[in-house]
Amino acid sequence: MVNLTPILIIDDEVQIRRLLEITLSASGYKICEASTGKEGLTMAATRQPALIILDLGLPDADGLDILKKLREWYEKPIIILSVRKSEDDIIKALDHGANDYLTKPFRTGELLARIRVAIRHSQGTIENPNLEFGTLSIDLANHTARKNNEIIKLTATEFSLLALLARNEGRVLTHQYILKEIWGMGYIEQTQYLRVFIAQLRKKVEDVPAKPKWLKTESGVGYRFGS
Amino acid sequence: MEIQDNRPDPDELLASLKIEEEKSKRGKLKIFFGMCAGVGKTYSMLKTAHAEKQKGVDIIIGYVETHKRQETADLVEGFELIPRKVYQYKSTPVEEMDLDAIIARNPHTVLVDELAHTNAPGSRHNKRYQDVQEILENGINVYTSLNVQHLESRSETVAQITGIIVRETLPDDIFESADEVEVVDLTPDELLQRLSEGKVYTPERSREAVENFFRKGNITAMREMALRIVADRVDKQLHEYMQLKRIKGPWKTGLHLLVAVDYTQQTTRLLRWAKNLSYSMGATIQALYVETMHNLTPKEREQLDKNINLAGQLGIKFRIITHHDIVSAIVDFANKENVTHIIVGKPRVRNLLSMIRLGNFVNRLIRYSGNIDVYILGADSQSKDHFREKVFTPSFTSNISQYLITSVLVVLTSIVFYLVKGIIGYQIISFGLLIMVSILALFYGTGPILVAATLSALIWDYFFIPPQFTFHIQEPMDVLMLIMFFIIALLNGILTSRVRHQEKKIRIREERTHALYQLTRELTMISGIEDVSKIAVRYIQKYFNLECAIILKDDSNKLEDEPVHITKIRLSDNEISIASWVYKHSSKAGKYTDTLPSTNYTFYPLTGNTDNMGVIVVEQASVFTQGEEQFWEAFLSQISSKFEREFLRNAAKKAYILSESDKLYKTLFNSISHELRIPVATIIGASDTLLSQSYPEETKLKLYTEINTASIRLNQLIENLLNMSRLESGRITPRTDWCDVHDLANDVAGNLQQELLPYKFYIVIPSDMPLVRIDFGLIEQVLHNLILNATQNAPPGTAIRLKFYFDNGKLTIQVMDRGNGFPPEDLTMVFNKFYRGKDAKTGGTGLGLSIVKGFVEAHNGTVIAENRQNGGAIFTIKISVEISEMNQYG
Repeated sequence: MVNLTPILIIDDEVQIRRLLEITLSASGYKICEASTGKEGLTMAATRQPALIILDLGLPDADGLDILKKLREWYEKPIIILSVRKSEDDIIKALDHGANDYLTKPFRTGELLARIRVAIRHSQGTIENPNLEFGTLSIDLANHTARKNNEIIKLTATEFSLLALLARNEGRVLTHQYILKEIWGMGYIEQTQYLRVFIAQLRKKVEDVPAKPKWLKTESGVGYRFGS
Repeated sequence: MEIQDNRPDPDELLASLKIEEEKSKRGKLKIFFGMCAGVGKTYSMLKTAHAEKQKGVDIIIGYVETHKRQETADLVEGFELIPRKVYQYKSTPVEEMDLDAIIARNPHTVLVDELAHTNAPGSRHNKRYQDVQEILENGINVYTSLNVQHLESRSETVAQITGIIVRETLPDDIFESADEVEVVDLTPDELLQRLSEGKVYTPERSREAVENFFRKGNITAMREMALRIVADRVDKQLHEYMQLKRIKGPWKTGLHLLVAVDYTQQTTRLLRWAKNLSYSMGATIQALYVETMHNLTPKEREQLDKNINLAGQLGIKFRIITHHDIVSAIVDFANKENVTHIIVGKPRVRNLLSMIRLGNFVNRLIRYSGNIDVYILGADSQSKDHFREKVFTPSFTSNISQYLITSVLVVLTSIVFYLVKGIIGYQIISFGLLIMVSILALFYGTGPILVAATLSALIWDYFFIPPQFTFHIQEPMDVLMLIMFFIIALLNGILTSRVRHQEKKIRIREERTHALYQLTRELTMISGIEDVSKIAVRYIQKYFNLECAIILKDDSNKLEDEPVHITKIRLSDNEISIASWVYKHSSKAGKYTDTLPSTNYTFYPLTGNTDNMGVIVVEQASVFTQGEEQFWEAFLSQISSKFEREFLRNAAKKAYILSESDKLYKTLFNSISHELRIPVATIIGASDTLLSQSYPEETKLKLYTEINTASIRLNQLIENLLNMSRLESGRITPRTDWCDVHDLANDVAGNLQQELLPYKFYIVIPSDMPLVRIDFGLIEQVLHNLILNATQNAPPGTAIRLKFYFDNGKLTIQVMDRGNGFPPEDLTMVFNKFYRGKDAKTGGTGLGLSIVKGFVEAHNGTVIAENRQNGGAIFTIKISVEISEMNQYG
């Protein structure tokens, strides 16, 4: 698969840019590079990239500010690739519109997977009411989930939670986002609800609840539906 | 004949070496010394300066008065002049030397005319010689001029010769400590000629001057005096030189003079005379004042203070002792201090009584002084005061109400006795009145008692002794009784009063001793500069009733800008700079002192053993009396030494921290540099190989794996270092959130998948485990480090267990392995930074476990390491956590 629209890398470290270029080119992506925030903004406007990989520590501006500026008009996925690994930084970036967050050092395989997920989600394909994940299938229209073709008994909330995560397969969803979507704004701090429901959902959905295959924890940040 | 000891006296030798050493740091003082105005001192000074300037010396004019003399004014040309500073004094501008500008300019030598000059009010110092001292202290040499009449010890003589009282005087010390004195001499005839030629003053002033001051007789006497002083000085210098060069000679006089002084004006003459004597004898000198029970009147106290000041100016050490008998006090002191000569003044004899007293005093002094010579200096005919050596002088300082009360009580008692006089005869009544007077003496001063005694005697005579209602007495025995009554009443009253007075003094002293003891005790019990300041301020308020502010030095030994402790005293910038001056020069300044007296506060340095600790600022309502001053100094010295101890302790603590962090740095450096090199070397080596030749895919794959492993190891190390630095900087504050421990376990297991492959890894979580509030990230790191540690210590194939449970409301996490465990003696050290087991695999820095401890403690938890019974190590973490009310769903 060859994409004509490029991926924009905004990072001041030459070595990282070189590594990304090699890796991504080998996977068939076109690359353009910017070493400063300002340059990055210009390139994002002129080259209309399909995805942006953004570093937070830029020489001329804070990556978070660049992210905010980009999000004023840029609608395609932005993946943060940074050495900052505190949960605060991650949540802040996700809240400001980043689609995903990877910390350096990173595994290139992981990055490629995230890029694929992000691009797929951004292509806005008409949502398939039937989601299939190996032995797990979710029927969004009829509010039913099946495993090995057997209906799993789920409460309405459990199903909503599962559906939310599954629809965003591969993407990390923050605790706050999930709480807001399922329980509403008033429950945004009630992370214990979420943990209890996730634990319960795992018991019902996962083969080995202790080693979840689908309902994965992003420590301190949120959850991600794996596939 | 006594055998002369020719060896240099070590003390004197040390003193002269010390003087020499101090002088080398100070600037040198050269005085152009003359007998009077007009001999050409300024002229000579400028001449010498010109010669020096020719040699290339950086020499400038700080202050020169040309007195409009043309030949002098010509010489000023060619020198750099420091502009004078203008002070406003009562709306007239007054020009003074700009001290700070001179110090800032920092020349080699500065010319400062008229050393004895008195500065305008508002200047830093009262006297110019104090300015000069400060210039010298800054290492700048000074040329200056001085006339003989300005020397403190000579001013009296000059006044006697010329009849003119000299007000601008200079302590003899300053003159004596000059490095060089150049006499500018003219014969009286030459001087008179210069005067008549108008070279000194304008013609009309000249005439006036010649008539008053410049009489030939005067000039000759003054000239002789000036030359003698300089000759004496040369003698003394020779003496000092011999000492310094260890030349043996009959130079040790071993003479010690003691001047006994009092609170009369006569003492000033006595002190000057004694100083001159000591100078020509080459003797040491000290002055002694014996404080008796005599109550000093304000005027006498003032004179005493003046005398003490004068002694200081003359360089005479002043001592005060309290004793009821002057003679034995003087003799005891003289014996103790090895005094060879006692000098006392001979008071003017006014009457028979004082003659008897004087005779008694002198006789006793001579009798008891043994082999000590006694000099008695003749009385000054002008002196109005008389020498008093009274056993006790009654004081009449009591107020009127006391006189009234005693009188009324005497009258009331008399009335009572009058009513009963029929029953108890009049003779008994005299005893009754006597008792009353004695009782009154317990409560009232001498004056009222005197009145009560007289009054009761009169009443007794008039109302009781027959014939009644007349002062006439019939029986001769009654006359005798009345006289006896009066004497007994008087003696009784006075003796009681005397005892009371003594008691009061003792009480004051006791109070002071007690206060000092309290202060010392409280100071020893506390630590910390802030607390010491608080206590100091409190005690000064309590015992001196003074508001005070304490300003301390900072780390760079400069005075801080702000007082340590908030007080009512608000210091202006100007006052802060006075404090700095006091700190730098270790002498008091401000109100009631000679330096900058025109401010509201008095500034005292807090002088420690080695250095000044700071400055204490007080708002004094009046000048301290002698006793108070001593008490105050004792107080300050206690406070200063406590501050010094605190400063030293802080310095020691800092040094310790520094050496600790130095040690840490070294260990870190050694450990890290090794740990960093290994993976880096692997990466470089492997990638190099890959780049240089083409290898079969299989080899390549192995090399890639090596690079990968090395990189991960490197990353782990960096992670640990970052965490360690977070811990060290104290920036770890757990951000707790609800956490499912299953997530925790899964995460850790997932991250350590590779490392755990050779082991059997078990996670044990009870089914009823509730959600807990912890910092997920920190605890994840803790478990990561513990499990990684287990993989590094246990042989492959063995089991590693991660167990969670609740114990007494505490989240308990255990990590167990089946390795070799720890040597028992190491168990307490495993969490220390850089601890590494003896046979630990490579790949650790010894930081992992100390991070575990740090993160757990950040949760207020504990972690312990133990050996398991059947081999292996077990780590147990216990953290008090909040648990969720929501049980695992349901």
